[in-house]
Amino acid sequence: MSAGHRRLDIEEVGDVTIAKFVDKKILDEGNIQIIGNQLFSLVEEDGRSKIVLDFSNVEYLSSAALGKLITMDKKVKAAKGKMRLCSVRPDIYEVFAITKLNKLFDMQEDQEQALKGM
Amino acid sequence: MSFPRGSSHDLTMASTDEFDVTIPSDTAKGREVQEQIVGGMEQRGFSPRDVFGVRLALEEALVNAIKHGNRMDPDKVVRVQWQLDAEHVRVVIEDQGTGFDVSDVPDPTDDENLDKPGGRGIMLMRSFMSEVAYNELGNCLTLVKRVNDDDDD
Repeated sequence: MSAGHRRLDIEEVGDVTIAKFVDKKILDEGNIQIIGNQLFSLVEEDGRSKIVLDFSNVEYLSSAALGKLITMDKKVKAAKGKMRLCSVRPDIYEVFAITKLNKLFDMQEDQEQALKGM
Repeated sequence: MSFPRGSSHDLTMASTDEFDVTIPSDTAKGREVQEQIVGGMEQRGFSPRDVFGVRLALEEALVNAIKHGNRMDPDKVVRVQWQLDAEHVRVVIEDQGTGFDVSDVPDPTDDENLDKPGGRGIMLMRSFMSEVAYNELGNCLTLVKRVNDDDDD
């Protein structure tokens, strides 16, 4: 994927990879596809297994995006890794709560909390 | 996209605007309609929370109509009609697909389905809108949001 299409800002803290979504709206089908592929490649190509997904920029996301997060969670678990979500704003948190995905995902207040005990 | 036929271009709070738009099976066109509807809500002074919920519901509904209803068939269209006033927005989305039985959609929050990637769109619509109703065939969806109606979940 070319740098121009990068949808995740990647930062390394120790052995943990923080992937921050660049987009405000994770809606568009093509965009979701690209984001999904970039997420999956963190595990499948780069061999990263401790991943924090930072949602601070995200104002909207659709059920299609939730699907990618679920698939990502499975891939991380299959790699015996750990994935956490952080900095999810209240509107978006509600989307996770309605769909009960707040029970499936490990969701933390902010990066600092998410990094604890990784 | 066809030109929206607005019954009123007057944005006084008492008036109701009505639109009737037909779009091809293209999610980008769906998003344009979505922007038009939520833009109207913002002009009418709907709260950011209401606008958030309706935008999310419209995203799910239009993607469903285009992808699952019309199966992206370029020969098929989606008709979107909406009414908007200061109190509510009502959107009717009709695709040219064969429909589906909404009761066949599994509950995505069941333990056995929780880690499956699909099936959450209808649930989100129901939660964020005041009313969600399909016709018998399942190819026509009516979504209603009343102002600050928060007892819908």
